[in-house]
Amino acid sequence: MMNPQLALYDEELSEIREVADRLHQDSRARTILIVDKNGQLIGSSGVDAELDTTSLSSLVAGNVAATGGIAKLIEEEEFTGQYHEGKEISVHMTIVARRIILVVLFDKNTTQGLVRLRVKKANEALTAIFDALAAKPRTQEEDVFKEITDEDIDNLFGP
Amino acid sequence: MSFINYSAREINFKIVYYGPGLCGKTTNLEHIYKVSKPEAKGKMVSLATETERTLFFDFLPLDLGEIRGFKTRFHLYTVPGQVFYDASRKLILRGVDGVCFVADSQDARMDANLESLENLRHNLEDQGFNLDELPYVIQFNKRDMPEIVSVEELSAQLNPTRVPEFEAVAIEGPGVFETLKGLARQVIKKQRGS
Repeated sequence: MMNPQLALYDEELSEIREVADRLHQDSRARTILIVDKNGQLIGSSGVDAELDTTSLSSLVAGNVAATGGIAKLIEEEEFTGQYHEGKEISVHMTIVARRIILVVLFDKNTTQGLVRLRVKKANEALTAIFDALAAKPRTQEEDVFKEITDEDIDNLFGP
Repeated sequence: MSFINYSAREINFKIVYYGPGLCGKTTNLEHIYKVSKPEAKGKMVSLATETERTLFFDFLPLDLGEIRGFKTRFHLYTVPGQVFYDASRKLILRGVDGVCFVADSQDARMDANLESLENLRHNLEDQGFNLDELPYVIQFNKRDMPEIVSVEELSAQLNPTRVPEFEAVAIEGPGVFETLKGLARQVIKKQRGS
């Protein structure tokens, strides 16, 4: 089946956060988001309190999925990058390790060239993290879900 | 597919509302949004045409609470129901954890229901899924309309595999949460591995 379940642990999440923080600093961007292709936010750096990252992640994934659909129609393997230029803020999106989207929101404090350069480096670091994660055997922590009873599920919905 | 964050102790699931055009998929989400507590819901995003027909998808993030210390978060999506948006429907089914098929109970929409259900099965197969193995429920919506098909008839035609089915009037609310709960229950059970 496509896209097997994604499980992330403290170790990888802190590595992902480090990459996001480094990219945030080195590219002088406003915000970095690391989003699963299904629209789940995995990590971020430089997020303002008012930024709705849940909606943004879902829309970014929809956008990348639509562009992927276009690629398929014209028999192009995948568009690995996308760029939307705004008056104040621009958005740069890159597909990493075929299943993650690296999103950079930036303004006039930096340039598209610098963002692209730094994204390339971050892409390599994230690819290594997600490749290692894919090869990692599942740990016992996942048994948490095996212990869930019917009663636990019913309690979720109240009486 | 679900995303488990062991660090933040949360699990995310993706649920898709499928069905023919104007069957009430968006109305289901709007009701859930209207009734849910502010702290449990995020913003509802609708990518719609100027005439308020779904163009790409609607999206609503919803927290259902905690199970054994894990936050359970559901991302609810609708697909555009109109036949010619098939390419978009396929994309939205990617990574789905559970499907709700919303059927329009009106007599005149029976063919559209059957066509959409066939389309669901086909598009899931394109994404590597088998509808019979996925958490899946059916909602018979618009039970308040005149000239509707009986539940027995709808069930016989649209639910041959006997998955849980719910009657609803999504525009007023009855049946909407029962449907969601029925599906969420299956999705969590599947995660448990049973």
